[in-house]
Amino acid sequence: MSGVPPSYPRSAALGSVDKLHERSVPARLWSWRYIVLRRLTQFGILLLFFGTAHWGWELSKDVPLLNGNLSASKFIGIVPMTDPFAALQIFLAGHMLRTESIVGAAIVLGFYALLGGRVFCAWVCPVNAVTDLAGWLRQRLPVPTLFGLNRNIRYFVLAATLILSVIAGVAAFEWISPIGMMQRGIIFGMGLGFLSLIAIFLFDLLILKNGWCGHLCPLGAFWSLVGTTAQIRVRFDKDTCTHCGECARVCPEPQVLNLKKLEQVGWVASGECSNCGRCTALCPEGSLGFDLRPLIRAHNVATGAKVAAIDNRHV
Amino acid sequence: MAEHVPKGLNPKRREFLVKLAQGAAFAGTGGLLWEYILRNEARASPYALRPPGALAEDDFNAACIKCGQCVNDCPPDILKLQPAGGHLPIGMPYYEPRTGACIMCPDIPCMKACPTGALSPALKRIEDARMGLAVIDIENCLSYKGLRCEICHRECPLKGKAITLETHPRQTSKHAMFIPLVHSDACTGCGICEKACPTEIAAIRILPHKLVQGKMGEHYRYGWMDKSEITQDFKPAAPAAPAAPAKPGESAPGVDYLNEGGL
Repeated sequence: MSGVPPSYPRSAALGSVDKLHERSVPARLWSWRYIVLRRLTQFGILLLFFGTAHWGWELSKDVPLLNGNLSASKFIGIVPMTDPFAALQIFLAGHMLRTESIVGAAIVLGFYALLGGRVFCAWVCPVNAVTDLAGWLRQRLPVPTLFGLNRNIRYFVLAATLILSVIAGVAAFEWISPIGMMQRGIIFGMGLGFLSLIAIFLFDLLILKNGWCGHLCPLGAFWSLVGTTAQIRVRFDKDTCTHCGECARVCPEPQVLNLKKLEQVGWVASGECSNCGRCTALCPEGSLGFDLRPLIRAHNVATGAKVAAIDNRHV
Repeated sequence: MAEHVPKGLNPKRREFLVKLAQGAAFAGTGGLLWEYILRNEARASPYALRPPGALAEDDFNAACIKCGQCVNDCPPDILKLQPAGGHLPIGMPYYEPRTGACIMCPDIPCMKACPTGALSPALKRIEDARMGLAVIDIENCLSYKGLRCEICHRECPLKGKAITLETHPRQTSKHAMFIPLVHSDACTGCGICEKACPTEIAAIRILPHKLVQGKMGEHYRYGWMDKSEITQDFKPAAPAAPAAPAKPGESAPGVDYLNEGGL
């Protein structure tokens, strides 16, 4: 951050970092709460699938709890859920899906449109556990940067997925997806699917930081586009922020924490934010935190009025 | 080296076009590689036995979302989802009759579980399913050796329709041969016969139709049958429509070469 305004003295930022390092052990553990919760939902959902498939978990007699996998499933025998990206590819491959799939895709799409598209990435997708581990290790190992890659390349991969689905006549990403390999592997049998996970792990660890989730994954790109309508977002309070930069250091998508933009908008507006909660749990000043978007807006109007009043006073 | 920019040429446009070409090259190479992987993955699909109601091979490849609900809902638990790196296309359901044959549930639960329609709801009766076709290796079938077996016939859920026995009497010292015959108009490919076959490696086994069925062609006629038996209109090319009417005394080259002494 080059343009630190004078109102935020460097000492304040350093003070924030010190505050972070001087946390008590319970405070440190508390700062992991979202990571623990995310692992619980990621593997809890897979456990529900596994239990239904192998141990016959049922709500009541002949009502399977959660049948299928992340591509398509049925909850308690009634609620269909379909991966809308997979459904879109199948449609483009030339197959008109049954109504059940379309309803399921609408349900999932609506759910993530409200919660945040990439909530899937951080809270559901099991590959996230692999890439998080690689990212965590990379921060602790002296891995030099090999090259940079534009993060927007994922949108081109997304476009390529759709075009190739038309050309090849199969759902292009679903046939090679390491996400599919991992989640199907855990529920129905892994085969050689773990190799793709090792590849992603090594890629993220040694070749490109946040390489898979942050640069290449077309499903992440798809959910990024959906995420712009999210109603749960990270609120930013510019009055307490000291620009210590710790949030950007832990964020897997640091470009979403563009301070200039944050100050203007008042919340993390980019759909690429996965609501993983790392920054909110870490921010030593509590300037970042989950909030409902309509409430943030109201909050913004209030601060905006305050800032305008201060500006007027200077004039 | 100094860039030589001809007059009237916008260097920005040139830069844009070069970038466009680079992007296109990148996308083209990546796309071709990806396409190759997809085709390579799909190449094994003709060998797969799919659950009842499965669409034709290419359509099934397009339609299956790889969710495994058919696998979970299969009462005898014979369906499997192909893991990565296996011998069939990734993530789609299949069964291997020798270890787990379809028991032909009348309510077809696997088909009903399919959310996309890859297992088509157009299948109303399980007897109409065509998952594969039983094929007999007559060199290793016990019945063809003259031994009494006929287990496939006895076990067949559609016995008398899908598998019939043909008796071939022999001389008095030997009993007649009871030859099992499979009829493609009734065989669903459930694979009960393959599972039950007592030979070390099954002498009757289920294969996808595409791999075993020939096609006669529509122009063949049963000459000994009544003309009404001919199902398709067959008119010999009208001789009155001459493409090249032969002039008298002149025949097509080569036809009369024996008479002309041209050999």
